[in-house]
Amino acid sequence: MGNYFQEEIECAPIEKIKALQDELLPKQVRYVWENVPYYRKKMEEHGVTPDDIKSTADLHKLPFLSKADLKAAYPYGLLAVPRKDCVRIQSTSGTTGKRVVAFYTQGDIDIWEDCTARAIVAAGGTKDDVCQVSYGYGLFTGGPGLDGGSHKVGCLTIPTSSGNTERQIMFIMDLQATILCCTPSYAAYIGETLKEMGYKPEDIPLKAGIFGAEAWSEEMRRDIEKTLGIKAYDIYGLTEISGPGVAFECSEQKGMHIQEDHFIAEIIDPETGEVLPEGTQGELVFTTLDKKAFPLIRYRTRDICTLTREKCSCGRTHVRMTKPKGRSDDMLIIRGVNVFPSQIETVLMNNGYAANYQIIVGRVNNTDTFEVKVEMTPDMFTDNVGEVQARRKVLEDGLRSMLGIKAKVTLVAPKTITRSEGKAVRVIDTRKI
Amino acid sequence: MSVNQVSVFLENKPGTLNKLTEVLAANKVNIRALSLAETSEFGIVRMLVNDVFEATNVLKENNFVATLTPVLAYAIEDKAGDLNNLLENFSAANVNIEYMYAFAGKTRAYMIFRVNDTKKAEALLNSKGLKSLTQEEISAV
Repeated sequence: MGNYFQEEIECAPIEKIKALQDELLPKQVRYVWENVPYYRKKMEEHGVTPDDIKSTADLHKLPFLSKADLKAAYPYGLLAVPRKDCVRIQSTSGTTGKRVVAFYTQGDIDIWEDCTARAIVAAGGTKDDVCQVSYGYGLFTGGPGLDGGSHKVGCLTIPTSSGNTERQIMFIMDLQATILCCTPSYAAYIGETLKEMGYKPEDIPLKAGIFGAEAWSEEMRRDIEKTLGIKAYDIYGLTEISGPGVAFECSEQKGMHIQEDHFIAEIIDPETGEVLPEGTQGELVFTTLDKKAFPLIRYRTRDICTLTREKCSCGRTHVRMTKPKGRSDDMLIIRGVNVFPSQIETVLMNNGYAANYQIIVGRVNNTDTFEVKVEMTPDMFTDNVGEVQARRKVLEDGLRSMLGIKAKVTLVAPKTITRSEGKAVRVIDTRKI
Repeated sequence: MSVNQVSVFLENKPGTLNKLTEVLAANKVNIRALSLAETSEFGIVRMLVNDVFEATNVLKENNFVATLTPVLAYAIEDKAGDLNNLLENFSAANVNIEYMYAFAGKTRAYMIFRVNDTKKAEALLNSKGLKSLTQEEISAV
């Protein structure tokens, strides 16, 4: 309780938030209609005009935008302001092969940084904190987003960016950093390295971590919390909508509050596009309410999650989303079964292995091959060949019962699976379909 | 006294054993005896070295997974029949051997055994007048 950056709006009565959305949405739709011919054409094809949108109740009448639209309109087709009014672009890491370029006015950046500041304060951050931002700086939204929020909160900001783990650790220890912001896989790696260097959790000055930009499991959270001696908070966002901070966890850690004064969230059936009732799992869709440069209406995130409006004891009233089960871009269909990398991570961690794995999918004689490479750990190694094989079998059985299909587990030497210091390379799919 | 064998996990692919010897060479660790257990995907290198502490440290620093395993080492005469003599004692004491490997020195030969209950086996064999070698003795061979 009590940790808010903008209490008045973060804890506003839900009716007030709803009224704000009802006021902003028709304006935003008209603004897009007038300034983005690409979306106007979509609306016309859909037989809807700004006059049809009187409140959020009419949102469902509007057409969706998808990553395919972003690609079709690349680079300037969705820009709603003259180029001279933009001050920055950010771009996705292109992990799925389609690079997204998003534009920002100074006002858009202010809103985004307000959101990340809210996230830092929700994680217990104040101006007394030393906040190390180990997300990549540059085109990736992680670094600039948290950096801006950290400045707004008034933390002493250490802009290390990602990489050079020894230097990261030097700054954490020498400058007594109290908050760490990075991807969960990098947090785990920093923790692993600190442990190897002989630091115990109580020696590490960090108290909280804000980790996002990739899927991670509860088991991985517990592992990071234990190694670093911190409380680890999840943060969610996407470049298309602004960046990290679209939603974030509070002290309750029962889902992430979506910043509803700036974004409307809907859950739809990914097959039919139909809006689903609260509490139903489906694809998350966002509409930006007050973005100027790159406003998106009903943007399909491909993320699968659930929304809840149940009262949160942190005091925030904004709707909460569950941790996405996986971006549907991350989801693999192997032998006809949906496989999320986060499920594999859960099995590994439950069986005493670290979350260092790689999924290799191929196709031989029209059948999918499915291999999971797992790094051997000192805890799981014994001198006995039979015992090592037996433990590997336990892992294979665990994967089979979690996923419903058989995976071949290959044990590999430690630190041989590529750790990109931004996002981990989890999947190699060589199938040509 | 049992001696500490260093067991190391290796992937079964070209170059991995060489990477291990490279690390040991660079750190002047001498391998006294070595044996390799393999499956189609991974292998376990088992070795006796002159400096167990140094070996485990440098292996860890170089991202190898290694563990120490107690093994029993016995010196026998380097002549026909002496291994048979030794093993008859193992049979008589009902000691089960999980694996073994051997190397010949200038005058004698050395047999290294992994058994399921090292302490018990050692005591039984000791009662038959067989003294296992110490870490120092093996290093000095």
